[in-house]
Amino acid sequence: MDPYVLKTLNEERRARRAAVLVTDLGDGRDRIVREGDHVAGDLGAAVARAFRTGNSESVAAEGRTFFLNAHLPRPRLVVIGAVHISQALAPMARIAGYPVEIIDPRTAFATPERFPDVALHAEWPEDVLKREPLDSYTALAAVTHDPKIDDFALKAALDARCFYVGALGSRKTHAKRVERLLALGASADQIARIHAPIGLDIGAASPAEIAVAVLAQTIHAFRSRGLESKGAVA
Amino acid sequence: MDESIYLDEARDPLIIAEGWMKDGKDVAIATVVETWGSAPRPVGSHLVIDAEGNFHGSVSGGCVEGAVVAEAIDVIDSGKARMLEFGVADETAWQVGLSCGGRIKVYVERLG
Repeated sequence: MDPYVLKTLNEERRARRAAVLVTDLGDGRDRIVREGDHVAGDLGAAVARAFRTGNSESVAAEGRTFFLNAHLPRPRLVVIGAVHISQALAPMARIAGYPVEIIDPRTAFATPERFPDVALHAEWPEDVLKREPLDSYTALAAVTHDPKIDDFALKAALDARCFYVGALGSRKTHAKRVERLLALGASADQIARIHAPIGLDIGAASPAEIAVAVLAQTIHAFRSRGLESKGAVA
Repeated sequence: MDESIYLDEARDPLIIAEGWMKDGKDVAIATVVETWGSAPRPVGSHLVIDAEGNFHGSVSGGCVEGAVVAEAIDVIDSGKARMLEFGVADETAWQVGLSCGGRIKVYVERLG
């Protein structure tokens, strides 16, 4: 392995950015591919698959054998609001492989009794996200209904290019939210990335069913990331 | 279940290999590149080895690490990468086999 390649790979991994290490098993030459880099041909298709699935594999391409080692940051879900939906969402998301953090400054809601075994912050999103910034391998679901709590986090999630941004509320509620986010400086393209009303349309009625819809939408966003925005203006 | 979203730098083989390199040590990196059947560690897993035979990480459940370390020291000397194969069907399996019955292919290369 090239020492510079190892150093670069570790930098990417520390920064929670995805990278695929491509090694030619014939001559030992290696290189780093970052998400969004163009790689041509069959090798390019295999690299795209590695980014999407996170699976590493040996592939034959261009008459050679390459090993693709996929290094994807662990995805996580940040939930704004220690509400009834979150109580169902936190354990389900953890089982699905998405560690959850819940942020809600209302200390009556954010109690360990209501949320056993969950990383819980009874603080304002502004304070928590300063310490633990959002990134493109983080999903954010804002479910408080309270603009004072949700709005800052939604704007931060759009700016950090979170792979999923969802916001609870009716179309009418969302229309008002859009006006506030525009006033905060969000662009129309950014706002179009918000999933609102939140969750896949499965006719969810109870808080637990809404949690299923949100988790399904998060997984869909993660597994299709980079596919829908190809060629779109960043 | 490990739920940390950040690297466990004290135990991460590739971080350790980089540290060894900075300390001026000669280092080999072993990587599981293919598995068949029930293999204990997934494709992409690493074992890193220095010239004194110190190692971190794993390519199996402990069954073949000793053999990989020995080969890695040769790879550090020669600079020439090797592809190793372990499994029950293999002649060497009687000495260093995988008790689970799977087969693995391990690529061993020198760092630098």
